[in-house]
Amino acid sequence: MNITITINGRERSFDIRPADMLADVLRDAGFVEVKKGCDTGSCGVCTVLLDGTPIPSCSYFAARADGHEVTTVGGLASEAAELAEYLVAEGADQCGFCAPGFAITVHAMKKEFPSPTDEQIRHYLAGNLCRCSGYEGQMRAIKRYLEASNA
Amino acid sequence: MPEQFKEVARSRAKIDGKGLVVGRPAYTDDFAPRDALVVHIIRSPHAHAHILSIDTSAALKLPGVASVLTYKDVARIPYTRAGQGHPEPSPHDKFILDEFVRYVGDEVALVAAVDEVTARDAAALVKVEYEILPAVLDFENAIDNPVIIHPEPEIHDMFPIGFEPTRNVAAAYTMEIGDVEAILADSDVTVERTYYTQAQAHVALEPHTAYTYLDLHGRLNVVTSTQNPFHTRRLLGQALAIPLRNIRVQKPRIGGGFGAKQHVHVEPYAALVTLATGRPAKVVMSRKEVFENTFSRHQMRIDIRIGAHRDGRIRVIDMQVLSNTGAYGEHALTVFMVGGSKTLPLYNKVEAVRFGGHIVYTNKIPAGAFRGYGAIQGNFALESAVDELAQELGIDALTLRTTNMIAEGETSEVFKIMGEGGEGVEMVVESCKLDYCVKRGSSLIGWNPSRLAYEIAPGRIRAKGMAIAMQGSGIPLIDMGSAHLELQDDGFFKLHIGATDLGTGSDTILAQIAAEELGVSSDDIVVYASDTDQTPYDVGAYASSTTYVSGNAVVKAARNMKQALREAVADKFNVGIDIVQFDGSRFTTSDGTFLVGLKEFSADTLYHNGAKMKTIAASGSFTGEKSPPPYMAGFVEIELDVETGKVDVVDYAAVVDCGTTINTNLARIQVEGGLLQGIGMALYEDVRYTESGHMLTNDMMQYKIPTRQDVAKLTVEFAESYEPSGPFGAKSVGEIGIDTPLAAIANAIFNATGARIRELPLTPPRVLAAIQAARRTLDSAN
Repeated sequence: MNITITINGRERSFDIRPADMLADVLRDAGFVEVKKGCDTGSCGVCTVLLDGTPIPSCSYFAARADGHEVTTVGGLASEAAELAEYLVAEGADQCGFCAPGFAITVHAMKKEFPSPTDEQIRHYLAGNLCRCSGYEGQMRAIKRYLEASNA
Repeated sequence: MPEQFKEVARSRAKIDGKGLVVGRPAYTDDFAPRDALVVHIIRSPHAHAHILSIDTSAALKLPGVASVLTYKDVARIPYTRAGQGHPEPSPHDKFILDEFVRYVGDEVALVAAVDEVTARDAAALVKVEYEILPAVLDFENAIDNPVIIHPEPEIHDMFPIGFEPTRNVAAAYTMEIGDVEAILADSDVTVERTYYTQAQAHVALEPHTAYTYLDLHGRLNVVTSTQNPFHTRRLLGQALAIPLRNIRVQKPRIGGGFGAKQHVHVEPYAALVTLATGRPAKVVMSRKEVFENTFSRHQMRIDIRIGAHRDGRIRVIDMQVLSNTGAYGEHALTVFMVGGSKTLPLYNKVEAVRFGGHIVYTNKIPAGAFRGYGAIQGNFALESAVDELAQELGIDALTLRTTNMIAEGETSEVFKIMGEGGEGVEMVVESCKLDYCVKRGSSLIGWNPSRLAYEIAPGRIRAKGMAIAMQGSGIPLIDMGSAHLELQDDGFFKLHIGATDLGTGSDTILAQIAAEELGVSSDDIVVYASDTDQTPYDVGAYASSTTYVSGNAVVKAARNMKQALREAVADKFNVGIDIVQFDGSRFTTSDGTFLVGLKEFSADTLYHNGAKMKTIAASGSFTGEKSPPPYMAGFVEIELDVETGKVDVVDYAAVVDCGTTINTNLARIQVEGGLLQGIGMALYEDVRYTESGHMLTNDMMQYKIPTRQDVAKLTVEFAESYEPSGPFGAKSVGEIGIDTPLAAIANAIFNATGARIRELPLTPPRVLAAIQAARRTLDSAN
């Protein structure tokens, strides 16, 4: 079947199988910043924005994205680069495999809660797992990043 | 602390950090050729079976299928998938493909096709007929079970490890110092307890991935998410019977390892397809495969006996271990031995100590390397038992530890007797700030022996617990690392290292170490790592080796580079080398006369020096003659709900002695990450099976790892410490963080409720049952 998705602002058409998942379609099209970690929508590394809302693309049928806008971290490059500055400054980054999905969810959180409480941060990002860190550095980095963005 | 540092002992941004966050291609599958054949592995649905027939004809007819391979297509060569030193202490008991399958998920056949869907469709067309064999699923019934998991004659050990496959024993070991039985009999107080630790899954977020292709010269190129490229090359060469000169292994960035990627799980299968078809091939594991068909942590039963004087001096420790290695024996003996060698020296004033037991085969997922590597299992038993001894003696658990624990300038006979798979090395501990760690940790958590638990609301108890731990820094006289430095025009240096950054930041800290020694900025060190064609040998990233072993190699290379630079400058200016000085940017004579700047000289030596032009390069290798242990004290405060048995970690305070922290932020995140994996293992992580040996916890909905909502606070501090044999005073920090949470949390639960739980994980039903059992004991005593 044929679908059309606007990816990072550019319209793209794909010939897909009905059961294809969005993450696979994106990766096959070269958007390798979308990672695959768990296949069940549990770990968050495949997070992309669908019309502005974060979704786990590994468990989202590509067919459902037909006619919609998808944003990968590549579409938020300057914002992700700014967040990255805070992550590396806090030593909050390790293997980095969770980072692109994490950056997507931070972007969405920032829109919804420009000044979130610690509790809101932990809750909003609960679906973005990290196995390397103890999340402490990420917390520090997010808070400094949001402070700077809101200043 | 003799030195003032410029580049180490401070936080520097991880060099790959920004690129990874913005999602630049970095990991193995990001680079896999678009035309790579996708390899689907057909796996055993049975825990133990004999393959009677495999019919691949229908699959081969499916358009898009390039190859279907079974054991009939592969030479029957026993090997081990464990990336360790050579000869490996693990038995050679695995075949790439075999006519017997020994656990659910064992490899049966390979289907290679143009895409994943075609490969999967073709796999469904392969008809396999099995004779189902009885399985051994309970590791306590494995030894001398009538069902023999490895009856095949070809398998063997590489040196004596107590390998008795006809008894389902992969390895066995025993050692004794002093007369354990006599001193136990003579002790005022003894405790004798049995503890169980469970299999834990690594859950590195990047699934195991490899792709292979033949290059222009027909050599097999392997790009893989491995922790040890050089071991991988050696293991592949052995298993595929091809000379190592025809193999190149490269590691791009990898998405976490924790020991999971210290083994070859995917590489042989991609390689077989490439060798059979001449085409690029890739294996990307599904998460289900990662759970079911890589390795787990070794499940163990640990019987421990401790004897002490009434005043609290520990006289004797006896630790007997039964370890479950699953279907294959990777790391069987070494993980087991670390259970003693990296716990027993904590209490080095004993008169006698014994350690021994068996590592057994079962028809379950094989066990392998996992951060903590035996020390974490041993630590749970020992540090629980020490708390139980404190209870028997009526002494504060903290005081009992400080009375008996190892201190700077001391040694332990265990160091010499127990290594990894063989003898160890004698070692006097030159850096040990465990006393500070305990003192500082107790103050961070607010340790008050008379108030270790209190009710904050009806049925909700806050309680504290503690444990101490040690680890190692590489495997002495076995692990070796190397570094190569080369001056480039514009005055920067290439640093080529065989070391393997698995996300820890080792590329960053090794650049810092090179810069510190050379006197240049870290920005002027360009790192390239983990490529068997392009970088010098290094064992890879395991056994907490990189900072200490590879770091020392970098120091040596940098020292040699300084010497080579001074020689070249002396030659250019026709002066004696003894008077040439280098401060990191300028060469001067000893009277201060300026000779040349590094930047200018770097161009001269490549472009302007006529007949004297040359590449200025230097190398260094290092192997530890000892393995200085990092130490830590872990203190936990939990909140326990007595109605549900649920335990929440309110605060975990860790004070660590890892010598100099080369990069303070990266050292801290190593400890924090280790703590959280330890807390996950303590509270709920558990690889569980059905009665037929099928894994229940084979996805991330069934197997939970900690989220950011699971721990309120981690407090990590470092002791001021300097290890004379380490690079700029550093020891390791990669594993030590994971060891203490198991015992500390179990001890806190005891302090909260009087219920002692000796089996992990500390799940609500188990906690609740223990509380009820403790109440019944109390009631019947009244």
